[in-house]
Amino acid sequence: MAERIVIDPVTRIEGHLRLEIEVRNGKVVDAYSAGTMVRGIELIVKDRDPRDVWAFVERVCGVCTTVHALASVRAVEDALDYQIPPNADLIRNIMFCTQYMQDHVVHFYHLHALDWVDVVSALKADPAETARLAQSISSWPKSSVGHFRDLQKRLKGFVDSGQLGIFSKGYWGHKAYHLPPEANLMAVSHYLDALEWQKEVVRIHAVFGGKNPHPNYLVGGVPCSFNIEESNAINAERLALVKHLLDEAHTFVEQVYLPDLMAIASFYKEWGAIGGGLENYLAYGDLPTNQFTDPSSFKFPRGVILNRDLSKVYEVDGKDPEQIKEFISRSWYEYLEGDEVGKHPWNGVTNLAYSGPKPPYEHLKVEEKYSWLKTPRWKGFPVEVGPLSRMLVGYAAGQEEIKETVGAALRDLNVPVTALFSTLGRTAARGIETRLVSRWSLEFYNQLVSNIRNGDTRTFNDAKWDPDLWPETAKGVGLSEAPRGALAHWIVIKNKKTENYQMVVPSTWNASPRDSKGQMSAYESSLIGTPVADPLNPLEVLRTIHSFDPCLACAVHLYDEKGSYIHQIGTW
Amino acid sequence: MNNKDKTLWEDMQSRGYSRRDFLKFCAWVGAFIGIESTGIGKVVHAMETQKRPAVIWMHFQECTCCSESFLRSSHPIVADMLLNTISLDYSETLMAASGHQAEAALQETIKANNGNYLLLIEGSVPTKENGVYCCIGGKTAGSILEEVAGGAKAIIAWGSCASNGCVQGAYPNPTGATPIHELIHGKPIIKVPGCPPIGEVMAGIIVHLMAFGSIPHLDGLGRPMAFYSRRVHDTCYRRPNYDAGLFVEQFDDENARKGYCLYKVGCRGPVTYNACGVTRWNDGTSFPIQSGHGCIGCSEANFWDHGPFYQHLASFPGFGIETNADTIGLGLGIATGAGILTHAVVTNVAKKKVIRKHIDESVREDEPIKEEGE
Repeated sequence: MAERIVIDPVTRIEGHLRLEIEVRNGKVVDAYSAGTMVRGIELIVKDRDPRDVWAFVERVCGVCTTVHALASVRAVEDALDYQIPPNADLIRNIMFCTQYMQDHVVHFYHLHALDWVDVVSALKADPAETARLAQSISSWPKSSVGHFRDLQKRLKGFVDSGQLGIFSKGYWGHKAYHLPPEANLMAVSHYLDALEWQKEVVRIHAVFGGKNPHPNYLVGGVPCSFNIEESNAINAERLALVKHLLDEAHTFVEQVYLPDLMAIASFYKEWGAIGGGLENYLAYGDLPTNQFTDPSSFKFPRGVILNRDLSKVYEVDGKDPEQIKEFISRSWYEYLEGDEVGKHPWNGVTNLAYSGPKPPYEHLKVEEKYSWLKTPRWKGFPVEVGPLSRMLVGYAAGQEEIKETVGAALRDLNVPVTALFSTLGRTAARGIETRLVSRWSLEFYNQLVSNIRNGDTRTFNDAKWDPDLWPETAKGVGLSEAPRGALAHWIVIKNKKTENYQMVVPSTWNASPRDSKGQMSAYESSLIGTPVADPLNPLEVLRTIHSFDPCLACAVHLYDEKGSYIHQIGTW
Repeated sequence: MNNKDKTLWEDMQSRGYSRRDFLKFCAWVGAFIGIESTGIGKVVHAMETQKRPAVIWMHFQECTCCSESFLRSSHPIVADMLLNTISLDYSETLMAASGHQAEAALQETIKANNGNYLLLIEGSVPTKENGVYCCIGGKTAGSILEEVAGGAKAIIAWGSCASNGCVQGAYPNPTGATPIHELIHGKPIIKVPGCPPIGEVMAGIIVHLMAFGSIPHLDGLGRPMAFYSRRVHDTCYRRPNYDAGLFVEQFDDENARKGYCLYKVGCRGPVTYNACGVTRWNDGTSFPIQSGHGCIGCSEANFWDHGPFYQHLASFPGFGIETNADTIGLGLGIATGAGILTHAVVTNVAKKKVIRKHIDESVREDEPIKEEGE
């Protein structure tokens, strides 16, 4: 007898996600993932100045702030064949790395760790033993006996108060937790350290973009200017601040995040065989070292892996009308041609047709349409996107640094490469790439300083800023890698205005409903087979879902309130 | 003793802070909310006697940038207090529990603190199609809002989404995104606009509520005067360049490298009320103008629909250097009452009726939060 469980809201994510799962004999046998909020931003940017659109679409997500702005300015630059100065690419790269470090660390400690770390168990820890453990895995200075004793005392006072705040009603004491109390206490300590540190690293965004969340971007370059002799521009003091923050970030990643990740993973190795899901992985790649138009120069390579075969990497082309298509057979939308066809984003038609149950509801009609997310496919294949895909594509493409860093982590944990295809592998890949990115950010910084030293301070190219210089119609695509995976924006410009705008974002790939062939997307697929010891407390389900770092606000599309077709663009 | 019966001072003591830490914190609060040093004693007294409030943080149509900004608040002791001292009993971003456990936490908080909890709202509420565009736990955002607002002592509308609808409320507002003050009446609502608001501003407003048990001094639009009474233009360190007629003509030109005024490349500082020029962002690191991009006006209602960002205000009719913000607001051709009010409320007494409506929706000058039925 299968039991239907609903988890809504799924917390410690961005946005509104609902899961309906069926459990039989202690295992998940069926799963449905639904996005339950929509805003219609793509419709709102229609007819706007393409140079303004980055600001609108940046507001798609405040957690992965910056990534949509980057995809947007790239889409416009691609459409207009607009070159940007090398420094602009370097600053965009530094902001990209900053975003990864902040986002991944916050995900690990504040959104994901409580799936593995039992906060209440930390009360039983021996502070001296905790200090020994912490010092054995890292040279992080906040690891003394006194520090842990003090923290435990405060934690005890907090728990005794009976008001657990964000920790109330957690799954404490669940038998799927198996860290020793000392490891739990250490993790709680680092939860607080990470909260303290994350606000520091994003100051880099404030230096180059004025604020965080939602720093400023610019079509044609970046908005800040260099002038080493001027107090009102990016000068030596500002650069020194950036360097200091990048150094601190590197230290935090190396001394706190990575050691914790490895220590916690070593207690949960069985999760190296759970939650693998799909066998196909897609990455657009990013971090150009030459320019965005030259994918061979990317630090994160571009490509697709099928059937977990790491010996071959397939090419991805965002402009090919046959490669990336969106389907709506299980989504609350309509296509003129019916529910079977898929559409390339340049021809995107998005037309809302809610057919779900009238709220308040107990269950969605999962046999029919059940989500605000469309279902994207690459050549018909469902693919997973995210840190794991980036690491696998990099590994398979023979990117030396990625191969080496992934290999070292596998050796440390003493697990085979196949352990990557799992919940644990996904969480480990996120940490591994953060280690890489923290190194690369310093490379980009050094290159930037070297350019300035050599007299190249350009940050903006005004060649195509004036809309009078644009062609009557133009189409572009901006590909990027958001922390959560492959991200692309497609724009059609007509008479200096945005004629059509479509975004296919990481969570659309991962969290979407099944397609008309019944093929599941990554979330649903990865849940099948997940053990559930206690259906009333589905902690294990949250482990797998959180390993994707769900981010739902961006994953939903626009619609037309009257149910009429908004726009249909013919293919050129 | 249950934690929620503790005063801030007792709570800090129990968590290992010294009297010195406590007094330092009180002094910081005093400075933050602009009290003369002789008034610090009042803050200390308030902190010693005020009880800790339970807090519910709801998410509707938003992007979570307000929560993220809040986490960026740069004073460690404050961050610690916000995580612990206010009892954050429901927050989908941070809470450990999901699904029905999360729902149970919410219901218990509402029941145990009826009439006393602080309700913080991030996001707008979609009103078209009976609200199907935002559902949580199978219920619409609108019905959840009604349920949680009933027992709240006061409501804070975080960010532009909750204050004015923000990006999803921009033309053509497909989902009918609606700000909180249009849906909830008869409760004190503090609007904290911005996309997002500055983290320290958010923390400061909560600190004010905790310290004094009263609403900070609000303007006619329900925004705290301490942070929204000055235009970015008037507090901008580049203002002397504007006055001297020294302008950036194009991004990264010679004038940009000298830090001249960004007005001609589309700065909205002259029509935007916010604390960016004073408080700045991310521990005072910078603000948009300091980093070379004009202000886009993100704390003003309907700022997304005030024309292209890179078009400078002089292109609009009726704008001259001596014109005040009221006329600019009208000159922009803002059609909505709220938009006009933003600028008109300061000086235009002829609009008494509209202003009265807004005042009724917000709460005036430091009046204590009243219990229901008082």
